[in-house]
Amino acid sequence: MEFFAEYFPNLTLGFSTAVTPINLLYCFLGVFVGTLIGVLPGIGPLAAIAMLLPITFNLPPVGALIMLAGIYYGAQYGGSTTAILVKLPGESASVVTCIDGYEMAKQGRAGPALAIAALGSFFAGTVGTILIATAGPPIAEMALKFGAPEYFSLMVMGLMASAVLASGSLLKAMAMIVLGLLFGIVGTDVNSGMSRFAFGVSGLTDGISFVVIAMGLFGFAEVVNNLEGGGSKRDLLFQKIKNIWPTLDDFKRSWRPAMRGTAIGAFFGTLPGAGPTIASFSTYALEKKVAKDPSRFGKGAIEGVAGPESANNAAAQCAFIPTLTLGIPGSGTMALMLGALTIQGIAPGPQVMTQNPELFWGLIASMWIGNGMLVLLNLPLIGLWVKLLTVPYRMLFPAIMCFMAIGVFSVNNQALDINMTLMFGFLGYIFVKLKCEPAPLILAFVLGPLMEENLRRALLISRGDPSVFLTRPISAGFLIATALFLAVMLAPAIRKKREQVLEEPQEA
Amino acid sequence: MRFKIKSQEDFWAGLMFIGFGLAAIIVARDYPMGSTMRMGPGYFPTYLGAIMMTLGAIISFRSTMVQGESIRKFGWRGLFLLSLAFYTYGFLIDTLDVGFVLSIAAVVILSTLASREFHWLESLGIAAVLVLGTVAVFIWGLDMPYPLFWWR
Repeated sequence: MEFFAEYFPNLTLGFSTAVTPINLLYCFLGVFVGTLIGVLPGIGPLAAIAMLLPITFNLPPVGALIMLAGIYYGAQYGGSTTAILVKLPGESASVVTCIDGYEMAKQGRAGPALAIAALGSFFAGTVGTILIATAGPPIAEMALKFGAPEYFSLMVMGLMASAVLASGSLLKAMAMIVLGLLFGIVGTDVNSGMSRFAFGVSGLTDGISFVVIAMGLFGFAEVVNNLEGGGSKRDLLFQKIKNIWPTLDDFKRSWRPAMRGTAIGAFFGTLPGAGPTIASFSTYALEKKVAKDPSRFGKGAIEGVAGPESANNAAAQCAFIPTLTLGIPGSGTMALMLGALTIQGIAPGPQVMTQNPELFWGLIASMWIGNGMLVLLNLPLIGLWVKLLTVPYRMLFPAIMCFMAIGVFSVNNQALDINMTLMFGFLGYIFVKLKCEPAPLILAFVLGPLMEENLRRALLISRGDPSVFLTRPISAGFLIATALFLAVMLAPAIRKKREQVLEEPQEA
Repeated sequence: MRFKIKSQEDFWAGLMFIGFGLAAIIVARDYPMGSTMRMGPGYFPTYLGAIMMTLGAIISFRSTMVQGESIRKFGWRGLFLLSLAFYTYGFLIDTLDVGFVLSIAAVVILSTLASREFHWLESLGIAAVLVLGTVAVFIWGLDMPYPLFWWR
């Protein structure tokens, strides 16, 4: 322990923060709710966190963040349970797990599939924690040198990445980004004090609330759309799961995919705009490619569970790197985390680590502890979650509706927010019908004001010369990376592959 | 010249983006543009509007060339009932101020109406469970400042 304290003073501080009884309780509540949300279809982590965000207003900052983070990565665990047992991903990052996980369950090997998913996730979570602890400080250090042009270019990169990695048409994703930026700047312009796009509505002068837009697009629209699918029947073939432990052969087959998945997940997690979903898809594609006998995939190959499940958890964990070190959220969910920070009076950015070390390191340490709790929650208590799966959707969605109503209203205690959520819900429903994915929009919505501010500052410094984005090396680096990314993705061969990787799972 | 729309989804999506872009530009005309060096409040939204209109136009134009899908039917019934449920919550708890219990019961019962397998008894049961649960968690547990009933 002394050795540990000497070499990892920060982690020691983190653990001493995270293991206080009250923070352990927040962590447990978080991962518990997260698992619940992951297991129940029809509500994703983003809507759930948006719903619960107002509740955390009264908690201390560390507790609030620990709980919200727990919901986020807990949902990744829970999502895999339903994917394996009933072929219904509770969460988009578990979609590929359905393919081989469900096959394994059909062969009576649900136990080992669940165990490998949980252990792989735990391994990935551990690596993710270490990665944040080691990579966080240098990145934050570097970020302190970032000026307006660097931030602007970084955000361009994140947004383009989210467009490229969204499913469906790239053009539509880009248009959704622009729309998101516009929604983002509704309200009072910080520079001129002018109220923009508020249409005389006093509730809009502070801008559109994140909770409102997230709940409308991801909560309300989702429920309406799910209702149309009719009561989706969930065939639960396996009431009793015996024999949780994987065989030695399972472990032998799984450890390499788990390592590769963790690496891919860490990469996509750290990259703003990407995330757990794309990480798990890519890992599945890779595992299929490197396998000695690819024909086993789709027929219950344990590699197809180990890889993607490790990947989505590593990505979920590493998504905190840009969020906490740069103050730039990589996804809508991360934006909510930053929102929670801001509400607690902590300005997001590279200074968080030095000014609020107990918050940063406490959160990191709690993630590792939470991952451990999740293994315990998900393996021995699997029976409880299985029972929950038998609750039909017609009983579930009224509960979702009522939690959403409470959540939205509690932000400002005004009916206007409820009605605005309805408007965004309607818009979100149209997006669903027109196959416009809302994820890039929500990220752009958060980045909108930041982008305008940094663009404005950058051009002020350069006296109106836009070449400043290319003459500053770090900024140019981000833009070149963006261009390369786009070029590679638009190359015909890869374009086809992208469509396959991103579309295929939706049919599965 | 006659265009044949091959992808309904893309055609309408494109039109929607053109509409949003146009609206942004028109509204932003009231805000000073400023210059590139000193951007006014109208600068960023105007450019965003222009980019969005361009993207929308390309999307719509492509829909006449690339085969796509027609739009799936709207589920008006569910949309209407759930909207009504949501709206009623805001109306009851804020405008009428009738208290938490009745507002929750209303949102739950109106929501259950949207289901195709609706039963009165089941609906009342779900409402009872959710009212009890939310009162316990949000009012007693989290101290949310709402009265339970209109008589407080």
